[in-house]
Amino acid sequence: MSKTADVSSLRMLRRARDRIDRDYAGRIDVPALAAGAGYSREHFIRAFRAAYGETPGRYRTRRRVERACELLRSANLTVTEICHLVGFASIGTFSARFAEITGMSPTAYRRQAAARGGPAPIPGCFVLMWRAGLPED
Amino acid sequence: MITGISIVSVWVLDQDAARQFYAEKLGFTVTSDLKLEGGMRWLTVRAPGSDGQELLLMDPLHSMLDAESAQQVRALVAKGALSPGVMATTDCRGDHAVLAGRGVEFTQEPAERPYGIEAVLRDDSGNWYSFTQARYLARPA
Repeated sequence: MSKTADVSSLRMLRRARDRIDRDYAGRIDVPALAAGAGYSREHFIRAFRAAYGETPGRYRTRRRVERACELLRSANLTVTEICHLVGFASIGTFSARFAEITGMSPTAYRRQAAARGGPAPIPGCFVLMWRAGLPED
Repeated sequence: MITGISIVSVWVLDQDAARQFYAEKLGFTVTSDLKLEGGMRWLTVRAPGSDGQELLLMDPLHSMLDAESAQQVRALVAKGALSPGVMATTDCRGDHAVLAGRGVEFTQEPAERPYGIEAVLRDDSGNWYSFTQARYLARPA
């Protein structure tokens, strides 16, 4: 930690991040999160980034993609259904963000996961909390 | 023969609040609450269905840590970065409903996983636990 914020500010930031974890698919926007945490929009983004190394918007995108990966591995849903289920408004944005984070398209990801067989016995929450995102092998 | 871990240390921000959270919200038993020399408070709790393992709820400011390290640990706990591990339950969905009703925060609702049913729980300090009803008693080889 380069600059340690005080414990009560960090607690508010964590609450905001937990809200993203819970409501990732909804239309929670940064101004609402900032207001809930008692910050102005700009100050909130700065403080969140200082604490977690990425902006709240980026964190939400990673969370959505992480949920999408899980559904692609385990659920019998189309890519378009999954796209909307995790909160993306368009398949174009979904595919672009997904490729940015995982390095492949949702369809390729699903194919690869199926080829690997059953899911690894690693608790999903640990996968979620890994800063780097999902393990690739 | 090593039989397991008998006490797990959990960093908390406020021991009074943590005692209340673990006892009243989670239903743990307080197994000891002692003032030690040097200002350290030895506070342990045990899960309702535990065969003996205890959590030691430690205040970093009154521990073996130097002041700077204690502040760093407090910041890590507050921002939600630390996890003591997995809380085992015999009924993830049922317990989740009861605990959520008491105001316990979950960052993830119970969901089917290959290894069981899992939710993610936060304690009042910011520690997160996997909250899991395991499908296997032991991990398959």
